[in-house]
Amino acid sequence: MADGRPTTDWSKFVAPLVLGLAALALWEGLVRAFKIPPYLLPGPILILQTLVTDWQTLMESWWITMSISLAALSVAVILGVALAVAFAASKWIERSFFPYAVVLQVTPIVAIAPLIIIWVNDVKLSLLICAWIVAFFPILSNTTVGLNSADRNLVDLFRLYRASGWQTLRYLKLPAAMPYFLAGLRISGGLSLIGAVVAEFVAGTGGSQSGLAYRILESGYQLRIPRMFAALALISASGILLFLALSLLSHLCLRRWHESALKQES
Amino acid sequence: MAAIVTCRNIAKRFANGTLALDDVSLDVVEHQFLSLLGPSGCGKSTLLRLIAGLSEPSAGKIDWQAGASGLSFVFQEPTLMPWATALDNVLLPLRLAHVPTAERQDRATVALAQVGLAGFEKSYPRELSGGMKMRVSIARALVTRPKVLLMDEPFAALDEITRFRLNNDLLELWQRESLTVVFVTHSVFESAFLSQRIAVMAARPGRVIEDIAVDAPYPRLPDYRTSLTYNEHCRRASAALERAMAHG
Ligand SMILES: Nc1ncnc2c1ncn2[C@@H]1O[C@H](COP(=O)(O)OP(=O)(O)O)[C@@H](O)[C@H]1O
Ligand SMILES: [Mg+2]
Repeated sequence: MADGRPTTDWSKFVAPLVLGLAALALWEGLVRAFKIPPYLLPGPILILQTLVTDWQTLMESWWITMSISLAALSVAVILGVALAVAFAASKWIERSFFPYAVVLQVTPIVAIAPLIIIWVNDVKLSLLICAWIVAFFPILSNTTVGLNSADRNLVDLFRLYRASGWQTLRYLKLPAAMPYFLAGLRISGGLSLIGAVVAEFVAGTGGSQSGLAYRILESGYQLRIPRMFAALALISASGILLFLALSLLSHLCLRRWHESALKQES
Repeated sequence: MAAIVTCRNIAKRFANGTLALDDVSLDVVEHQFLSLLGPSGCGKSTLLRLIAGLSEPSAGKIDWQAGASGLSFVFQEPTLMPWATALDNVLLPLRLAHVPTAERQDRATVALAQVGLAGFEKSYPRELSGGMKMRVSIARALVTRPKVLLMDEPFAALDEITRFRLNNDLLELWQRESLTVVFVTHSVFESAFLSQRIAVMAARPGRVIEDIAVDAPYPRLPDYRTSLTYNEHCRRASAALERAMAHG
């Protein structure tokens, strides 16, 4: 600011909030003014009402989708980091496995989801595998780059002090990889949710154990469009929530040392 | 005066064919302050890395009287771990050597105090100035109580005032700890201020062409920098460097 006073932090949140509310008001106004029927486009108030009346069902589905995403993300973190460490330990492992990781990454999930759903008997497990496939690669590739990004001179220093492979990993390579891993994690968080939703669309199975994607399909068949929007809003909100949570985690891990987390001097 | 490291007829050819060193013989004498002076690219860093055992000579032999465990290395950059506090950076060599926690904390605290950084234990590298980071780096090198300290242009990136101060402090540490120092520099003035002996190197291929004794007494206080003796040693080192450049 010109007068040197620091910009208050909350203006960062207020500005987009005001814009969002204005857009919602405009939406509601247009829906009412042109008398658009709710099965074409419901207004935000109706969507909110649906969210409240269908809260029970929607929350059950929300939890199923979220638990699949989070489980997939966790498996992606464990396997991604483990494989990246194996890559760092052996060029041969890296050369042998990396091309297949790329294949996994470039194959559209909608194309392989039907196969996985056929092969795996359990629906939830098949959704988890699909979500994992999408979430896995950013963590693997980012962590691999991170593990190789340690300062050359520090690597020499560890050699000079006869550090074991484990010590070099623990005290040098893993901390150096941290910012890269966390950047990958933030991408994978959103991807795991997308993977879980897309796979459920493909699976298209109903029952009491279904997630938000099936609620959208079901509402479409039944022309309960406000409920469709309510489910959609929940998916977006979950994506935002995941992103914010992972950003916070990243900030907490890096704030004391990494450039990306430092407050800018003004 | 015993040689603590002996380099005999060593050569170093890199994988890409560069002959970085050819037929270098050099004794590092115990407790001596030795400078390696030469133009950029003459193989100073290569020689220092060979002495440290970080790379292998292509020919010739290097003997360590002390065993490589008594060696420490200071790089041109502070080379600190940005995610660790000053104290954690300094105690790293002890941690790698499985020294018990309490003891390594104590020794690292003492080492930081030795380089004038008492009270900065909990600071992260980004919170320290260039000179302070270099002090942390030196504390880390000293914490293992090495016999030989290898330094590769450690002060080249610092401003002159900071460099002079660190020069004085280094000489004090060298005397107090009776270290053996091999100090790489491309500065005639720095080598003549610090060392007892200057090995002048020429490039393409890298070799030692002259070995100059600087017999001014220690402690060398700041007024040594303006003395006639210092001036004379600078002149001799400078002339040798001229010849080294002509060789290259
Ligand atoms: N790893 C390497 N591979 C190939 N050539 C190298 C390598 N390291 C250094 N050199 C070459 O060896 C010569 C000496 O380098 P160096 O020892 O770094 O010189 P100085 O430290 O005196 O500036 C230079 O020509 C440099 O390009
Ligand atoms: Mg060099």
